[in-house]
Amino acid sequence: MPPQHPFEPSDSRLATLRGPRSPQPYTARKITALTANPACSRRAVLDAAGVDKAVLAQRMGYEPRFGQSPFAIAREQAFEALVKWGGYAELIRLLREQLGIPVEEAAVTDLSEVGGDTSLNRRATETRHLLKRLASGSDERLILDRPLLTLEVAGQTAYLEPQALTHRVGGLFYLAEIRSFPAIDGQANPTAVAQTAKQAAVSVLALRRAFADMDLNPEQIAHEFLLICPKDFSNRPYGRMVDLRQELDALLFQLTRLRRADDLALGLPPSATLDTDRDEAELDASVGALDAAYTPDCLSFCEMARYCRDEATACASPTRLGGTVRNTLPGIDSTRTALAHLEGVHAPGPAEAAAIDHLRAAERLRRLRRGGAA
Amino acid sequence: MSALTAVATLRATETGHAERLTTVRHDHLDDRPFVLVPLRLAGEACAPLAALAGTDPADPVLLTVRQPRDRGERFLFVERLAALLLPYIEECRTAETETYTMGRGPDKEERRRPLRAPQLLVPNGDGIAYVRLLGRLTRLRAVEGPYAVDPAVPVLGKWLTWFADRAEFPGSGLLQAMTRLLAAHWATGQSAAEDSHLASLLAWIDPPGGHTGAEAAREAEDPLLYPPAGPATDVVFDRTLDELMSRYDEAGDDRGREAVGRQIDRELRGQMLPTWELMWRGVELLRELPEGGHVSERWAYDRRLFAEYAVYLDEDGRPQARRDHAVGAARRLARMEEAMARYDAERAFDDPLVMAEYELTGEAFTGVVVACDEDRFLPGARSPKWRPTITVRSELPVRLRAGTEIKCPARPGQKAEIVEVSPDGNGHTVLIQLNGGFNNKRKPPAPPGTLAEVDETVTYTSVDPKSMPSVLPAEEDTPWTHGGPPEPYEPTDEDAEEIWE
Ligand code: SF4
Repeated sequence: MPPQHPFEPSDSRLATLRGPRSPQPYTARKITALTANPACSRRAVLDAAGVDKAVLAQRMGYEPRFGQSPFAIAREQAFEALVKWGGYAELIRLLREQLGIPVEEAAVTDLSEVGGDTSLNRRATETRHLLKRLASGSDERLILDRPLLTLEVAGQTAYLEPQALTHRVGGLFYLAEIRSFPAIDGQANPTAVAQTAKQAAVSVLALRRAFADMDLNPEQIAHEFLLICPKDFSNRPYGRMVDLRQELDALLFQLTRLRRADDLALGLPPSATLDTDRDEAELDASVGALDAAYTPDCLSFCEMARYCRDEATACASPTRLGGTVRNTLPGIDSTRTALAHLEGVHAPGPAEAAAIDHLRAAERLRRLRRGGAA
Repeated sequence: MSALTAVATLRATETGHAERLTTVRHDHLDDRPFVLVPLRLAGEACAPLAALAGTDPADPVLLTVRQPRDRGERFLFVERLAALLLPYIEECRTAETETYTMGRGPDKEERRRPLRAPQLLVPNGDGIAYVRLLGRLTRLRAVEGPYAVDPAVPVLGKWLTWFADRAEFPGSGLLQAMTRLLAAHWATGQSAAEDSHLASLLAWIDPPGGHTGAEAAREAEDPLLYPPAGPATDVVFDRTLDELMSRYDEAGDDRGREAVGRQIDRELRGQMLPTWELMWRGVELLRELPEGGHVSERWAYDRRLFAEYAVYLDEDGRPQARRDHAVGAARRLARMEEAMARYDAERAFDDPLVMAEYELTGEAFTGVVVACDEDRFLPGARSPKWRPTITVRSELPVRLRAGTEIKCPARPGQKAEIVEVSPDGNGHTVLIQLNGGFNNKRKPPAPPGTLAEVDETVTYTSVDPKSMPSVLPAEEDTPWTHGGPPEPYEPTDEDAEEIWE
């Protein structure tokens, strides 16, 4: 369907879709989710429009199961405070340990507010200002705590808030991320580390672009970051440098593949709305008009997962059963079709014939060999 | 996942009920398993919060930690768990014994092992990880000196670590996750990620009356009906718990504190009880399946390892190191792969539905015996050898080649090889030479039952469980040069005082 006002600036189209509620910031988590499932236009548009997906899912009758336990929050805060204590003393210690070079102490500036102003714009401007000052040769030693970076993604400005950026050490600035999952005997949960690395890569990319914009050498931002997490079963900080080159390459590749969210939103009918204060049926129709790409992985990271799962079940999408089932059904986009092929109700096309033959052989063996096993 | 599993999954989406993946049960299920449903405090590496544990479905023992940030309370929890689990282990260890033979030829040796071994059942894979972590936390503790803990603590730690190590070996039944056991025997119409949720997996297999499995599985996702099976807790429940724990800390007097404490206990029990019941429902369902042929043999091996570790603890008793040394790790990986291959082959021999996987890939075929030459002698040899043949007609194409050594699960002791494969309609006719398995007889007639008869349906496969070492030497029996045994670890002061906060 053609857009009603083709010349209207796209941002305002997304804003109209969102309605009067204030937008949710576009974060590193959202970017990594987007790159984790680049085929999903639904999430791309919802995030770009700044829709609160948890509220949206709830409005449509799906209580999302996300949130953080008060115990986890308390622990996280305590650990962060510990790492930051004494002018990031622990960070300096870990940097020394990991880099094996002398690291001088540094002052710390807290960028979570600027003179009492916590607005994203103000913080981003101040961060940029400080970056310029620090990177253009001044030998001032300053750790940026909670800097605010921006990155253009699929036509949207994303706001990123890494934990800290170190002062210049051996010619390089290092990004540091503090997490509360433990490293036991030097090993942390690999999934959690990978997730953090992806988010760190987004920040490193943003920093490098900011440097390039200011005509500074972007290679001054190290391609590894310092991951800080509790050691073993204690609250003591453990640190490890994590190489980001692979993540950076993957991220750059995926970002080029993402379509602009406003282009994706063009496919929506003019009456569409993503305003969470509108009624369920309207929302359902609009959300349903955005193409999704549900896989069981969605359950672990997307607030919309159970809505999308029901939709995928209703249209018998093979991906809802996971990658392995999907792979046995190449070219077949519905499990109902696959079952009909098994029954011989209709004949498969030449492209699917081999896969269906194999499934039929499996089905036949299953029938013959199962004996009494119902 | 094989095409057979995919088909079963597809069928489950159609019927709304789980579909069997096997005709028998391939895992040992003990008459008296020890069920452990653990919860840990969110945000912590391994802070025990509560557990329901025991061997009596009607009488779970409740263990709780009312203030999980208190080190003393944590160790008290471990002591109480030890007081349940160690006597259970002891009971198995002192059970009646049987004799078995180790090794061959001159190294042959008679040994004894108990008829029982402990079987620890937890709800899911995360439960196994919890056992491993709790083991790591407690096995290196000192029982003397400034950081002394109760002597039962490190003993429990060593056992838990041993359980978790064994759980990595396919076919071992010492520590099992219920979700894995069930998912190995049934295919549901949902993804593997969803199958790791015990309540919804069981809902597919055994839905309450009047519901399809698919419907019941969705309902089972409601944390109010079925709280998470642990060790992670429900976020909403955590808010309640947080409030209670604050009230517990702030209580003005002992009586008030005890009252809140009891409320905490009740809440925690409520979070675990549904899972406890699901665990035993799972046990029942698995028990209903007939046991596969090799299960008792694998359990006998588990019993042997159990006995050996118990002896090791008595004689040496040093704990497992913080981390496997490189040689040990490499060797362990190789052994795991062997165990996997053996487990797969044995399951295929025990279960036609598993063998069907090999038929589908061409590593096995099934057909009807159409001819039999009982009096055949191998031509050309100086002293002619008695080698009967059978001819098997398979309706499906056979992908094994002449010269391949094959075996038939119905006569696993009989070696055979393919002489010739010739096309026959859509399938093939296979001429098979039998190289033994006639009770040591060297000339016809074949003893009854040793030779397949005409019209008999037979399955032959190139997979052979016996071609792999059926029983691996224990770690202690492996010479150093082959990567074992691992050097037992001498815990340091640092280990003893390791912070647990
Ligand atoms: S749950 Fe739905 S909206 Fe979210 S990523 Fe998956 S398909 Fe997209």
